[in-house]
Amino acid sequence: MSMGELILWGLVKFVCIVLGWVMLVATVLTLMERKQSAAMQNRVGPNRALIFGKKFPLSAFLGQILADALKVLFKEDYEPVNGNKWLHRIAPALGLIPAMLMWLVIPFGPGPPPGVEGHHWFQMADLNVGIIFIFAIASMSVYGATIGAWASNSAFSLLGGLRTAAQMISYEVTLGLSLVGIFMIYGSVQLNDIIWAQGDMAWGIVTQPLAFVLFMVAAVAETKRAPFDLPEAESELAAGYFTEYSSMRFAVFSLGEFIGIVAVAAIAACVFLGGWQIPWVETPLLADGTVDYGWLTVAQVAIFLVKMVFIIWLQMQIRWTLPRFRYDQLMKLGWVYLLPLAIFNLVITALVMYVLR
Amino acid sequence: MDPNYAPYVPVVIIGILVVGLAAVILLANRFLGPRRTTREKAIPYESGVDPVSTPRQRFSVKFYMTAMLFLIFDLEVVFIYPWAARYSEFLRDNAFAPIAFWGMMFFVTILSLGLLYEWKRGAMDWE
Repeated sequence: MSMGELILWGLVKFVCIVLGWVMLVATVLTLMERKQSAAMQNRVGPNRALIFGKKFPLSAFLGQILADALKVLFKEDYEPVNGNKWLHRIAPALGLIPAMLMWLVIPFGPGPPPGVEGHHWFQMADLNVGIIFIFAIASMSVYGATIGAWASNSAFSLLGGLRTAAQMISYEVTLGLSLVGIFMIYGSVQLNDIIWAQGDMAWGIVTQPLAFVLFMVAAVAETKRAPFDLPEAESELAAGYFTEYSSMRFAVFSLGEFIGIVAVAAIAACVFLGGWQIPWVETPLLADGTVDYGWLTVAQVAIFLVKMVFIIWLQMQIRWTLPRFRYDQLMKLGWVYLLPLAIFNLVITALVMYVLR
Repeated sequence: MDPNYAPYVPVVIIGILVVGLAAVILLANRFLGPRRTTREKAIPYESGVDPVSTPRQRFSVKFYMTAMLFLIFDLEVVFIYPWAARYSEFLRDNAFAPIAFWGMMFFVTILSLGLLYEWKRGAMDWE
């Protein structure tokens, strides 16, 4: 494939995946989050922003999303006195950019099977480092929150920023270590190869159930959501690291967070729920070993999106079910319980594979 | 171009696009939103009271300890990744399989001992 085609397809996939799906889900999530919390607390939730004041199905949903977008766009953004002006301006972008770059290596549909040459049509960049790229990029999102907190020159922000930094780096170790068992069993770090190796039934959640629990706990902590929302604990720190943010800068921060939630769901769906694999359905192959694309491919992409939405729903359910941790409990859980458990999982996996070889 | 680097071309292109997108979103507000800054609006929020001191003071050394712990363990995780990706291949070779297994067990033991030491020294206690 020539350079021009590579760039062209990269752009097409970027528009389809990031703008067409990721941004869409993140925007809808801002509303669904409130609707979900309302349902769980026996309230109605936002239902006043109707389009043209008319009541028709989804009018309140679409109206609320549009109203939110317009509101953040037309509000005033200000820099706090004695803060760092430029750091305050770029910090939201530093949170959003890594969240969007994570999507580069996530496969939305079947690519060439392992060992077969071919172009991956459902993945923006077919990198050989695979999921390590995601970890590398995800680590950078801590800068957005920390720099934004420092630049705000506010006590609440600074405390929130410190907590964010400590919490994110603590749970990142577990996040990385929980997937080691998956790499051992499926023998690759590329998501496409891992999904192919999982087949239609032997998914990660079956072979590595402990890793799934560890990954989900660490992922909820990484996305800074309850019960791990200490960085923005509203009863202690006003709004944590984005206390001094308003209008679009605030919206970009929260957009980055919501994209992070969707990205975590996508990784969990790929690694633990078999990605685009459908149970009892074999992916048809052509004579040269590449995938025979057809209506089944559409179903596979759809099932991947369904799995992703399921994990997002699980995260929202966790958020509105469990109370917030205390800070020392949070750090203790990360280092004293989750990390040894992840190491234990690694050892057991290695031992079982060694005995059964 | 080296075929190993060809997949990174979309990464660069999309990286530029994403930076541009973030810049456009943030700049749009600059032109659309009002700008009527007053001092009262711009002082940091401290529950309605004027701030009396700068928040940028010394903070707990625990955060520094956590950062160091992270550096150590994240680096060790990076050492485990290549081994993990090749482990099932190592096991196919009967002569090399024990070395691959016990080598990693040795590494993990040292890692756990380090973790145990940090724990007993109280690096993870936030009392």
